[in-house]
Amino acid sequence: MADAEPPVTILYFAWLRERTGASEERVTLPPDVRTVADLITWLAARGAGHASAFANRRTVRCAVNQDFAEPSTSVHPGDEVAFFPPVTGG
Amino acid sequence: MARIKVQTVDFDIGAEFAALTAERTDIGGIGCFVGTVRSNAGDRVAAMTLEHYPAMTERAIARITNEAEHRWSLLGCTVIHRVGRLTAGENIVLVLAAASHRQPALDATAFLIDWLKTKAPFWKKEEGEDGGAVWVEARDADDAAAARWQDTRQET
Repeated sequence: MADAEPPVTILYFAWLRERTGASEERVTLPPDVRTVADLITWLAARGAGHASAFANRRTVRCAVNQDFAEPSTSVHPGDEVAFFPPVTGG
Repeated sequence: MARIKVQTVDFDIGAEFAALTAERTDIGGIGCFVGTVRSNAGDRVAAMTLEHYPAMTERAIARITNEAEHRWSLLGCTVIHRVGRLTAGENIVLVLAAASHRQPALDATAFLIDWLKTKAPFWKKEEGEDGGAVWVEARDADDAAAARWQDTRQET
């Protein structure tokens, strides 16, 4: 039943956006998805594009609510989670 | 305190110097770094597109400028980073750091660009003259350059 938990907003940048074919998606987390690492495993199963984007986790970086995050960082309903390659600005 | 801008248009270095130093007489030195789009003979880069994470970018830069302001007691600091499509020879990034003396101004400038390259959410996609485009990969040398400032801090 609808438990009215706000969705998590997922953002993709650079080649993660190209591989998933999405710049943004909203998802409702299953109860067993509690961390960034859990979320990656869950997202990677959403389709071939997502599987390709997350195929090599060492090349994927993450931010939760606009702060750089680690695989162990907690994810909560309503959070904004962004996935991207190592940054190359400057 | 820091002046931070993320924009598609070019910046005016003279105007930024003037804004940083306006009505101040306590500044003894200003470090300046300008990053530009380089076209190597072998790489054949004709242009690049800079993508960023708008909701996070200015916050991430502010974290870096705050760190610089505290470490070197800066009297002022400016970071302007361009996004969008830039062709060879165009400006990408401007860093200005003002301090009482030259050494903190120069060190802070180097620190700011080193950390911008590794801790601000920008990504470059290079276009070759053949029309193909590839995402630039992060370089270990950039991580090493950024890490030396953390080492410095641990030693002091």
